[in-house]
Amino acid sequence: MKSRLRFTLQLGFTLLVCLFMIVPVVMSVMAGLTENYFVGLESGLTLRWVNEVWQLYADTIWLSIKLALACLLITILIGVPAAYGLLRSRRRWANAIEELLLLPVAVPGLATALALLLAYGSYREFRGSWLFILVGHVLFTLPFMVRAVLSVMQTAKLPQLEEAAASLGASFRQRFFGVVIPNCMSGILAGALMVVTLSIGEFNITWMLHTPLTKTLPVGLADSYASMRLEIGSAYTLIFLVMVVPLLVAIQWAGRLTEQRR
Amino acid sequence: MSSSVSITLHQCSRTFAGDNTALQPLDLQVNAGETLVLLGPSGCGKTTTLRIISGLESPDKGGQVMFGERDVTALPIEQRDVGMVFQNYALFPNMSVADNIAYGLKIQRLPRAEIAHRLDEVMHMVDLQGFGDRRIDALSGGQKQRVALARAIAVRPKVLLFDEPLAALDAKLRDRLRIEIGQLLRELGTTAVYVTHDQDEAMALGDRIAVMQAGRIAQLGTPQEIYHQPANAFVADFIGAVNCLDVISTRADGGLVVNGGELIAAHLQGVSTVYCRPEDIQVVSVDQADVKGKVVQSIFLGQTQRLMVDTGGASPLQIEAPSRQRWPNGTAIGLALPSSVLFHPDKPTAPVNAKEMAND
Repeated sequence: MKSRLRFTLQLGFTLLVCLFMIVPVVMSVMAGLTENYFVGLESGLTLRWVNEVWQLYADTIWLSIKLALACLLITILIGVPAAYGLLRSRRRWANAIEELLLLPVAVPGLATALALLLAYGSYREFRGSWLFILVGHVLFTLPFMVRAVLSVMQTAKLPQLEEAAASLGASFRQRFFGVVIPNCMSGILAGALMVVTLSIGEFNITWMLHTPLTKTLPVGLADSYASMRLEIGSAYTLIFLVMVVPLLVAIQWAGRLTEQRR
Repeated sequence: MSSSVSITLHQCSRTFAGDNTALQPLDLQVNAGETLVLLGPSGCGKTTTLRIISGLESPDKGGQVMFGERDVTALPIEQRDVGMVFQNYALFPNMSVADNIAYGLKIQRLPRAEIAHRLDEVMHMVDLQGFGDRRIDALSGGQKQRVALARAIAVRPKVLLFDEPLAALDAKLRDRLRIEIGQLLRELGTTAVYVTHDQDEAMALGDRIAVMQAGRIAQLGTPQEIYHQPANAFVADFIGAVNCLDVISTRADGGLVVNGGELIAAHLQGVSTVYCRPEDIQVVSVDQADVKGKVVQSIFLGQTQRLMVDTGGASPLQIEAPSRQRWPNGTAIGLALPSSVLFHPDKPTAPVNAKEMAND
């Protein structure tokens, strides 16, 4: 009896906490689908606002996706070799470099953005292009990739696997692509999940770096909340969710696939 | 399978950061087709020596590694034509058993038919037929080490290197795999260097054994030489158990007075300590004994038992006795130590008698 009561209480508490977190999401989604939020649901459901958001902000969505993918590509190209380098050089300065890599996460995004503006703001072409934002995103997300890959590399006994491969005649290139990369795939996937989600949701740095022509999804969201009807902002959130959730699920799923394979 | 090659190390030393000398300048020759075992406690430099031979480690300046007539000192491991088996298998978890074994063959870009043929051949040799599609994590420790072995011999290396390959396995499996590796090495005739801290493994597998201590070779010889004529007390103690009897005085007739009795050993005149192995001491009646003492402990080992006999010395003598007889603690016991079983590293051994010849 007693344990049953305890279970019920625990379940109740868990459900309450869940509700606390889910209700705002549901409210927001509903707001984006109702004709008039202040009147309430009786005003009727509509896709009008979603449509309107698409008209106004479709380019921000495409830009965000483009940014996230470019950011992912660059963090893989830089992050995986960087993690490998850190793994192989367990000297004092390797720790220092690891901490330096984390700096952009600890420093407020606004400060990072300001520094970028001060340093490169005068290059008009660069300043006005989406590549400028990309630099900020890479700075911010790179440590997550490096960390994820490095931790898998450390548990995978890579140095020994590499020695074995070398003893069988494999050159450095063959070892790196045939042994190192496949054996830290789960780390790369975990890192990719972080990088893509962080890049799509990044606001601080992007807000400072964007121009009217290079707005990303979160910047557009802020813009719409500030200057449009609440329904439009909410419909925007809805689009954001529809975009991000399948992406997260897909990456998780890919991660689980590689987990099962090992 | 492949023409075997000799290995020569010339003045190979290795110093690690912080002025940590792992290896004193070392000269070592491994004959073609021979299995040399590097034996010693951890930190004695045996693994460093193996890694210098493999090319995973470079000797300090001045050291030279030769495979046959070829100077390979400057070559990295991937260009040395070696096959290596590691203590923790180092199998690629992202590949199947067959892909692991074929890895080196694919690196060599052999034709597909040749790869399939060799794969069959080595999987048969290590008794892994039918395991090709298994995932590595679905194998037991013994099977993993067989895969590692197959992977190393599949490339038909000039030199096979073993870095404590059996240390991670349990005793029974270790014995079985040890026998199999021994057979395989004889079959292949490949020059092999085998690192271990296990003296049984060393004696079973080695054509010769190099016992290492503190970065030096303490003794290099056949298992029989190492066991029966250890070069010093360290080797004697490391290879099997050994008793040290302090010589208290020497009589006019040449008898050596030790705690508990007197020994006749014409070949050991002038030594301060006499050594003998537990299994060479015989239990006899007290009135015929060379040395007398009291049993202070008996340890039952199954096929034999080990008696600790206090003869008044600093530490009790260890004796191997038949396992069915019983000696309660405190029993007075007589021991026979004929001169043929007594030795000292600095002296030649006693003339071998007929009984020992028969044993050899």
